[in-house]
Amino acid sequence: MWNLANPTRFLSIADRIIPWLAGLTFLLLGIGLYLAFFVAPPDYQQGETVKIMFVHVPCAWLAMFGYTLIAIASIGSLVWRHPLADVAAKTAAPIGATFTFVALVTGSLWGKPMWGTYWVWDARLTSMLVLFLLYLGLIALWQSIEEPGRAGRAAAILAIVGFINVPIIHFSVNWWNTLHQPASIFRAGGPTIDPSLLTPLFVMAAGFTLLFVLLHLLAMRAEILRRRVHALRQMHVERAAAA
Amino acid sequence: MPDLGPHAAFIWAAYGVTLVAVAALVLFIVTDDRHQRRLLAELERQGVTRRSAKTATAKTSTVKPAASAKPKPASAKAPRARKPKA
Amino acid sequence: MSSAVALFRRDVLLAWREGGTTGTALGFYLVVVVLIPLGLGPDLNLLSRIAPGVLWVALLLASLLSADRIFHNDYEDGSLDVLAMGPLPLEVVAGAKSLAHWVTTGVPLALMAPVLGLLLNLPIEAYPLLMLSMLAGTPAVSFVAAIGAALTLGLRRSGVLLALLVLPLYVPVLIFGVATVSAASVGPASPWPPFLILCALSLASLVLAPIASAAALRTAMR
Repeated sequence: MWNLANPTRFLSIADRIIPWLAGLTFLLLGIGLYLAFFVAPPDYQQGETVKIMFVHVPCAWLAMFGYTLIAIASIGSLVWRHPLADVAAKTAAPIGATFTFVALVTGSLWGKPMWGTYWVWDARLTSMLVLFLLYLGLIALWQSIEEPGRAGRAAAILAIVGFINVPIIHFSVNWWNTLHQPASIFRAGGPTIDPSLLTPLFVMAAGFTLLFVLLHLLAMRAEILRRRVHALRQMHVERAAAA
Repeated sequence: MPDLGPHAAFIWAAYGVTLVAVAALVLFIVTDDRHQRRLLAELERQGVTRRSAKTATAKTSTVKPAASAKPKPASAKAPRARKPKA
Repeated sequence: MSSAVALFRRDVLLAWREGGTTGTALGFYLVVVVLIPLGLGPDLNLLSRIAPGVLWVALLLASLLSADRIFHNDYEDGSLDVLAMGPLPLEVVAGAKSLAHWVTTGVPLALMAPVLGLLLNLPIEAYPLLMLSMLAGTPAVSFVAAIGAALTLGLRRSGVLLALLVLPLYVPVLIFGVATVSAASVGPASPWPPFLILCALSLASLVLAPIASAAALRTAMR
């Protein structure tokens, strides 16, 4: 990890990895889509709509993966002062928020044929909605503080506070859900997922995860370059003023 | 295309939203990346580098590396950041 | 310890003398609760069913109104720098100020809630637990609000940003607070399990939130 602390080194490694990663990502996603549409059978109870699971579940997984990544990067930034940690945290937030949003929308579209309404306040969708709000808060904080050092530290604190709260929120939403909905909601994929559905799911999940990493590396590269541009401009102005 | 049953529209909509969202993400990030590279190349053309302008040598996409790579004004000092929560 | 108490008393006195902090929060609480029946219709059955939730949500919003001033005045005139350099750990400073916010905002709102419960036809049996749950839950509200106040110190639109940052963190307090009152008014479940969880949340916030607030204050003051 500390080998990557130097931004230039990181950039050169990223430049080399990104093309391979992109190829692998799209290969996996392609295979996953093929499996999803041409190999996976319809579910016994849900019919073909179970195919929505192949995008919904990976996105939901990425929503949590993204926030965990931000929390770890935030600890790296505050505790170990890793130079690229706040770049990692800042760039992961919009990507994670987008996947959370897609998880919510696909969950809603899955819910309509299954439960009859576009939105149900079940435990998992509600928890995901609160997670989406946490992402929005992080992005809003990054946008609101101009000085990047302070923005990085404040966002890191907020991310860690939010991360600690996520299990508590999840627990309370689960509890709230059992209070209000004694009838059991049809759980995604049924009580057990048939093995013929698991393979496409894993392939898609792997493909999506690689997609996240790819987008994250690209965004980190762009952010590092943005900071360089800013520094150079500042230096240029200072030199001109001194001259 | 396989028959997707009576709720095919929902399945297409779900995959469609995913595709649009991912495409938008890719577009934003790649555009940003290209934009920053262009700005850097522009600055390099003007001779703004981190060493003095005279020693500017042509590199393709990245500016000259330096030990203190990025501007982190506040963290250059040794502050007492205490966040012992985790 | 006496300096911490002195700081707490100073903040409470300042809030009283500044006038309007407590009054505004109470007034806002009243206005929101009045708007609900106007928006939903005067059906008393409906109102009594939603009363616990409405009273809690309006409480959260009213508490956040005065949250951005927890550190703001001292930040503006430099007193915060003096406090940071003083003998008290910054965590204790944050804690004392959060406590002052609770006393000047949370407690009055909690005490006024039964009056508003009348407007919403909340069953009388629920009133004691309404006040008790709010008195138990508002410390968490104030202490977490202080984290938001510290993070957004000195920023434009800090009030709205603070609310956006902090409201998702209030979900557990809201859920268990409303559950306590609902159980008391409707039954059959016992209100004590959610009440105890609410107390636990407040106690945890008392200890942990000042750490985050202090860290956030340091980032703002550098």
